[in-house]
Amino acid sequence: MTIENEKVVNQNGKDNNNVSVQELEERFRVISPARMVAKRFFKSKLSIVGLVMIVFVFLFSFIGPLIIDATWGYGEIEVFRISRNAAMITTADFRAPDGKVYNYYDKSQTTILFKAPLSSDHWLGTDTSGFDIFTRLMYGGRISLMISFIVIFLETFIGVILGGLAGYFGKWVDQLVMRIVDIFACLPGLPILLVLSAAISSIESIPAEHRIYYLMAFITLMGWTGVARIVRGQILMLREQEYMLAAETTGIKAIKRIFKHLVPNAMPQLIVSATLGLGGVILYESTLSYLGLGVPFPRAAWGSMIALADPSKGQEILANYPNMWIPAGILIVVTVLGFSFIGDGLRDAFDPRMKR
Amino acid sequence: MWKYLLRRIALSLLILLGVSALIYLLVMLMPADYIDNQTSAALQNGSMTMEDVMRLKELYGLADKSFTGIAKSYIAWLKSTASGDLGFSFMYGRPVTDVLSDYIWISFIIAFLSYIFQIIIGIPMGVKAASNQYSGYDYTVSVFAMMGTALPSFFLSALLMNVFSIQLGIFPLQGLVTATRIFPSDAYIQVFLDKAWHLVLPITVLTTLNVGGTMKFTRTNMLEVLSSDYIRTARAKGLSEQVVTYKHAFRNTLIPLVTSLSGMLPGLFGGAMITETVFAIPGIGYMALRATRGGDIPFIMGYNMFLAILTVLGMLISDIMYMVVDPRVKLS
Repeated sequence: MTIENEKVVNQNGKDNNNVSVQELEERFRVISPARMVAKRFFKSKLSIVGLVMIVFVFLFSFIGPLIIDATWGYGEIEVFRISRNAAMITTADFRAPDGKVYNYYDKSQTTILFKAPLSSDHWLGTDTSGFDIFTRLMYGGRISLMISFIVIFLETFIGVILGGLAGYFGKWVDQLVMRIVDIFACLPGLPILLVLSAAISSIESIPAEHRIYYLMAFITLMGWTGVARIVRGQILMLREQEYMLAAETTGIKAIKRIFKHLVPNAMPQLIVSATLGLGGVILYESTLSYLGLGVPFPRAAWGSMIALADPSKGQEILANYPNMWIPAGILIVVTVLGFSFIGDGLRDAFDPRMKR
Repeated sequence: MWKYLLRRIALSLLILLGVSALIYLLVMLMPADYIDNQTSAALQNGSMTMEDVMRLKELYGLADKSFTGIAKSYIAWLKSTASGDLGFSFMYGRPVTDVLSDYIWISFIIAFLSYIFQIIIGIPMGVKAASNQYSGYDYTVSVFAMMGTALPSFFLSALLMNVFSIQLGIFPLQGLVTATRIFPSDAYIQVFLDKAWHLVLPITVLTTLNVGGTMKFTRTNMLEVLSSDYIRTARAKGLSEQVVTYKHAFRNTLIPLVTSLSGMLPGLFGGAMITETVFAIPGIGYMALRATRGGDIPFIMGYNMFLAILTVLGMLISDIMYMVVDPRVKLS
């Protein structure tokens, strides 16, 4: 957003009985547009709630691992073998050949090393592989937030360039770019992402830890069209204005006219759509991780933590170990919700006439 | 108007052509294809040689992975698709069109019922929230609506399963029919009730996820209408708030609502991949996820093209509805 020079609210001195400029400045506060946006943003309770949620998730996922690492010295893939005895009792009735009903009673003791319950050492216990769940939540958040920010940045970058060119040059450039946008917008998002990630996971020459980068590229590929549409629409509207005529007559180059004079004016819309988009990317990423096509094991991801509760793999965890999957789900909801609260707040703040 | 429609349809066909080429390229570039998946075990224990595998690939049309090879097979695919034949599914061993038409209906029923619920819950809530802007009701409904859209479907499904299937034992966990029950052949009503009972949770999931969007959309448009001049006139005449909201304002809110809701209709046939898979309901989304994992190229192509067609159709319908609902609109 371009920040204009500070201006005095209420420029008309006459109505105020010829007060001097000094007195005027004392009486009226001088506010820059950026401050006005900030003020309107903080006026809404929901945006503050959203901000608190996001700050919490950020601290949790970026500062948390550092603290764990510094104090206890372990990370997301440290295996803890905590043995505990579990008694398994099975009973069954059966009718013996003599006609009486006998009660079959069997008690066996087994030692379980993994799936430790909540304790002061492991706040949320350990999971099926003996990893500390609380720590993995932090690392999972780190990966989700990183992916979402990088993807949104790339989407905005591609969208601004292509949308800017299409909007400014019009004619065949516009036709070409917008047809490409149409094609990409018609691609079914999740199925295609599944095809692509399945392809990447089956190529052996790609190391598992590089899979995330491909993943980011794919999610970007599916999502840049929205940004391009916004930028194009905005520029189509703006390029007819007088200041662009002035820019043209002063002989400024086309590239500079687009990216220095037109795109900054589309910034409010871009910021809002980017903030709202962050949550969407997190949902995509966690869905892929849930299906085992995202962040590869043994690295932590919120989606793959919830996948432990998948009833197709047995009901045990779904029924008896809510500590393994519910916290990850809550964190996803908190993050996505936080981003949408902030996005909505920003939209209202940038343009108070726009309805929520 | 007809000219506009014809141009739109021509453009849609062009887009679909581009989409199909792109999807075909992506799918063919999947390195481990169906044959590799099926034969890797046999190759390892020596019961099949590399030559056998290559012959199989030739048979399935997967051998030539060069650019010209893909282009050739794409053109062949395009020709057969134009005549309504989507090829033979590797995994399900039947024509793709048959599989699609068999499994589509259960997906449609789930999606359609949740669509109805979305409308009868979302619209009244949106209207009420808009007419009491910034009230406690407005905030509560808005926050709940956004929470619904922020929930991942698999997490909500797991939560509902935990509470209603495992803890309370009201609803079955997975599947479409109770596997342990044997119904007599004429017990249509019982079979129907059994199926309906299995569908309660999936429909709840889809409704919860989508009702927020409808509610917010209604609210936004209702607010816009409520701030227009004719509403002020209606209030100045002394009409009751009830009449102003439901008779004057709501009718104009219906324009964008009908447009967007009718645009959603084709999408109801697309299936809900994740929800259907979590609940193990044999709908089109469940089948497609399995096929995608197995590398069943004809099915993946058929399903994705089907989804793209539904998207294009949805946009077309909402354009036409816009014109039908609002006589002021002249498309050109």
